[in-house]
Amino acid sequence: MSKINIKVYIDKENLSKITELNNGSIVSDLLKNLKINPVTVIVSRNNELILEDEKLNDNDELKILSVISGG
Amino acid sequence: MSCCSEKPVIALNSGDRLCKTHFTEYFENKVLKTIRQFDLIGKKENLGIALSGGKDSLTILHIINKLSMQNPKIKITAIAIDEGIEGYRDKTLEKAKDFCNENNVELHVFSYKEEFGLTLDEMLKILDVKPCSICGIFRRYLLNKKSRELKLTKLATGHNLDDECQSILMNQFKNNVEASARLGPKAGIINDKHFVQRIKPLYLCTEKEVTAYSFTKGLLDNFSECPNAIHSFRAQIRDMLNDMESKFPGTKYSIVNSFLQILPLLKQQFKDGAKDGAASAVKSCIKCSEPSSNEVCNACAYLERLNGKSGLLDVING
Repeated sequence: MSKINIKVYIDKENLSKITELNNGSIVSDLLKNLKINPVTVIVSRNNELILEDEKLNDNDELKILSVISGG
Repeated sequence: MSCCSEKPVIALNSGDRLCKTHFTEYFENKVLKTIRQFDLIGKKENLGIALSGGKDSLTILHIINKLSMQNPKIKITAIAIDEGIEGYRDKTLEKAKDFCNENNVELHVFSYKEEFGLTLDEMLKILDVKPCSICGIFRRYLLNKKSRELKLTKLATGHNLDDECQSILMNQFKNNVEASARLGPKAGIINDKHFVQRIKPLYLCTEKEVTAYSFTKGLLDNFSECPNAIHSFRAQIRDMLNDMESKFPGTKYSIVNSFLQILPLLKQQFKDGAKDGAASAVKSCIKCSEPSSNEVCNACAYLERLNGKSGLLDVING
């Protein structure tokens, strides 16, 4: 199966990384791969929020923003 | 089901998928409905907003500022507390100040250093205590005292559904029923002239909804967590609840909705207890005269402990 590369920025860890996924993967596949609970984040692409069933494309750049803040 | 042909930005538990415009409408209506349902804001108020600069408090200020512009009888004033948490509060306070400047909102900042003589970071070098416990006591103390001095009629906080849900479970796990009686969209048990009524307009909004709203409104570009909160009991409860919510969507709503059904009984029970002279009755602290359930309030008790050991700080700081 062909693969796609997704560039991800995870704000909670202030970390950028490239994740390889199967072609046809969606946002929830990415979160599962990164072991992130979808309840705890919102995901944006090109500064627009996208949902968990959004299909990902090769070389997409995503931001994963934690909803947990404060103390 | 999608609301319209525009791209959805959020999927609700109900299955509805909302675009940016319809989500904004949904979210703001939900907050206004909460205000009406629980009678949180009257027709004329000198309303305080507890502002940290985080997404929750900026969201509530943004929405209530809109409400205030439509209704000049609702005057708003923001209050921020600078606990002195290096690398965290300084950043969120900048956001708070910028927002208030841009939106012409009066802002008052009070710091632990000026009010108590020490920053939170310094306090934690002296006392071996849980950061969130001591910080919460001093923050609530200052917010109430300063709100009263500013003659605010109510104080709105950014507590959301997730916060409330965590507090309910924390109190259950610690068998602290009286603390639960103080929860709810209108905090506290007793109406007393020394207490400024605290209200929670985001009570029925999940943390994810608040984050999505603040993101779409450009209220915040960096969401950070207090460095002291990471290992707290609350953080463990929060992670457990998020795990349950992902397996059983709607868990948080169920917990808060069932709690709301018993809350009036809890409040009444402790209100009656206070009348009978029980421990929950409001007294005045013999040191600072602020309201307290003990002879010496918790803030003064901590200050006594800190003063007794303050020589340690000179040693620590060299």
